Amino acid sequence: VRRPAFPLSAPTWPGGVPRPAPERRVGLDYDHSWSRRYPVRLARAVVLDNVTRPAARLVAPTTVRGLEHLALAEAPVIFAANHASHLDTPLLLTTLPVGLRHRTVVAAASDYFFDKTWKAVLWSFALSAIPIERTKVNRRSADVAAELLEDGWSLVIFPEGGRSPDGWAQPFRGGAAYLARRTGRPVVPVYIHGTRPVLGKSAGAAATGPGGRPLGGSGSEARGRRGIHRSPVTVVFGHPITPDEGEDARRFSARVETAVAVLADEVATDWWTARRRVAEGTTPSARGPEGSAWRRSWALAPPPSAEAGPPEPGLSERTWPKL
Amino acid sequence: MSPRPGFVLEVDRSTPPTLFWHGERFTLERLPEGSRVIYAPEPLAPLEDPVAAIRHALTHPLGDSSPLPDLLRPGMKLTICFDDVSLPLPPMQAPDARQLVIEQVLDMAAGAGVDDVVLVAALALHRRMTEAELRHALGDRVYDAFAPHGLLTQHDAEDPDNLIFLGQTAHGEDVEINKRAATSDLLVYVNINLVAMDGGHKSVATGLASYRSLRHHHNPATMRHSRSFMDAPASELHSANWRMGRLIAESGVRVFQIETTLNTDTFPSNFAFLQRREWEWSLRDRATYAAASAALDRTPARVARQIFHAIRSPHALRSVHAGEVEAVHAATTADVWEQQGVVVEGQTDILTMGLPYICPYNVNSIMNPILVACLGLGYFFNLYRGKPLVRQGGVLILHHPTPWEFHPGHHPSYIDFFEQVLSQTTDPGVMSEQYEQSFATDPWYVHLYRTGHAYHGVHPFYMWYWCAHALEHLGRVIIVGGDPRAVRRMGFSPASTMADALEMAADVVGPSPTLTHLHTPPIMMADVQ
Repeated sequence: VRRPAFPLSAPTWPGGVPRPAPERRVGLDYDHSWSRRYPVRLARAVVLDNVTRPAARLVAPTTVRGLEHLALAEAPVIFAANHASHLDTPLLLTTLPVGLRHRTVVAAASDYFFDKTWKAVLWSFALSAIPIERTKVNRRSADVAAELLEDGWSLVIFPEGGRSPDGWAQPFRGGAAYLARRTGRPVVPVYIHGTRPVLGKSAGAAATGPGGRPLGGSGSEARGRRGIHRSPVTVVFGHPITPDEGEDARRFSARVETAVAVLADEVATDWWTARRRVAEGTTPSARGPEGSAWRRSWALAPPPSAEAGPPEPGLSERTWPKL
Repeated sequence: MSPRPGFVLEVDRSTPPTLFWHGERFTLERLPEGSRVIYAPEPLAPLEDPVAAIRHALTHPLGDSSPLPDLLRPGMKLTICFDDVSLPLPPMQAPDARQLVIEQVLDMAAGAGVDDVVLVAALALHRRMTEAELRHALGDRVYDAFAPHGLLTQHDAEDPDNLIFLGQTAHGEDVEINKRAATSDLLVYVNINLVAMDGGHKSVATGLASYRSLRHHHNPATMRHSRSFMDAPASELHSANWRMGRLIAESGVRVFQIETTLNTDTFPSNFAFLQRREWEWSLRDRATYAAASAALDRTPARVARQIFHAIRSPHALRSVHAGEVEAVHAATTADVWEQQGVVVEGQTDILTMGLPYICPYNVNSIMNPILVACLGLGYFFNLYRGKPLVRQGGVLILHHPTPWEFHPGHHPSYIDFFEQVLSQTTDPGVMSEQYEQSFATDPWYVHLYRTGHAYHGVHPFYMWYWCAHALEHLGRVIIVGGDPRAVRRMGFSPASTMADALEMAADVVGPSPTLTHLHTPPIMMADVQ
């Protein structure tokens, strides 16, 4: 379809004229306070419980473990989870107990979810998202998150700063740990397993990665697949942890990352094996092996399925990467 | 954000089409890559408290002048003259700058116990203002206090009883001006300096003069040597007026000059897109343009004219200076250039401009073909300092419907000028010698000028003389979208489209010419380096 001519369409910008910085009403500057007013919360609760939750369950039959751990900490808390798919957020929110579900905000990348007004409105309403700066520590976004925690709102944060490009976890950034130290609220580690085959980062989006054989995908046909593909998912909540006396944010962040890796190990093996590995200090890193991109893809193991049970160590299915 | 200065855009592939005025319409034209478009500076901040600024100017005069209150005394004869309906353009939203100033002057006069006060509209040979126009310029308070008593008058350049001959300059120029003004103890002149050409000695020496006096500088020779009108030191028109002004001062006429400048906030918010750069048009701007264009295409010219002439500009008072004429004018001119000046590098082969619906001589009236020529070749062409924007032998392309249409009440002599004079010659020198005198002294035109709302019989000649410099300088003048008969009558070339006009221009300036578009209004002045 041919683009209509100016003035019916927006004007193009002359090459010789420097563009002024646009007046920012989106991104970090977006005013999302409206999304926590009672009428909006009520509408969101209706949508979350009656649309989002059934839809998420439909495309990703979910097994939830460790919810009992949430009783050990008093809300508000900080949920720190690994991140492989856009499905992670609705899935995590809808697996939370009702009391927490409707009083939790989600830290979302300001440059991705809040770069346009319509996106900012949509995500603020649907997921109670708040914009955060993911590339660096930003005082303003930290202040907003801390204020909300102090105001009784729990916070979902993905410390990796974005979806995994290749199926392996990325290093955790310090935002969750910083907020926990600043507000004194506990961090609940969460491991979400199996969302990548359902709705992974697209091949195009992962172009810089190794091609992204989906974590636990059924084979090479899953690579670069677009759209939603039904697949089982597991969400595991860990034991709430709080910073020790004198523990700085960096070390606490490493501890949170390890806690998530233990949950991943628990999903890959079983609780007892995972605990023994913790004691031995041999918990595998969630970041995957060092090495070239194809070897990291190679090392990805298929997910445990409810029917087949967890694969035995060393016998995981390997798939030849599409070269 | 502080206002941005003027800007010269170089058109490239991603430059959106450029807005051209086309009389009571506007259109978008895609200019060739490499063309330049000159945009006016954004409006500078207005005075925060105009009344306080006016009072300050009146009590702290520039040059060799006492504060106004010191010049006022009981029993004196005070005349307050003011610019007529030709300024500002478009007429400004109330309160008009003249009203603000004159109210302060009258307050001081009342405080000093001055009884003999007369207001005079400085028409020169322009048409008389209507009551509505006077009320708009002066405000109801002033109008109702003076008009019913006959103390609000309009200069009559054909009233021998109210003209006084003050002498001749060293160049043999007769100086004859309004008798009431010249014989007053104090003449206060209130200007609106819309462009750098306005004000100075020209206010009294032209605004209050008779034909006998005006003919010495409103003639082809003077106009050809005014390069440009906006640059007083290079303008013979101004030199003549300065000589006359000094003679007036030497004759004992005490002038207290008040000059005001406005910012370039020209169009109300409904038409904000008319003064925005096209690539910055918002959705609202684009929608307004599309809706206005579609509506105007279906609107009869007469109705469209009424709509546009109802526009009241949000011009805001930016500065006010008072005191001795030359000191005041120097300060004012600097202010005008600060607001309107745009530095432009070098001349161009082709200069394009879209002409709007209004010029100084068709406020609430029809823009006839002669006024189209005057606005394009007389005013817009002369919006420069240094060198003309277009090179010697270059082409000027105007965008205007140029209808063969005249307002019989306002421009009666224009009709005859168009039929009788322009059909014989377009040479200002020839028409000056052969036809001017008969039009200037025609008793019917004099009668209409004095009793109706008609411009003086000689006025269309002056309009043509304003074009003299451009006519001599340019290789060709093309009018896009104009009535071909009217355009040809004036010796110009009609073109249906801008593309046609550019092809025709290439015949004169050669292939691959340089092109510059003057994106005005808002008014700007090119400082051509």
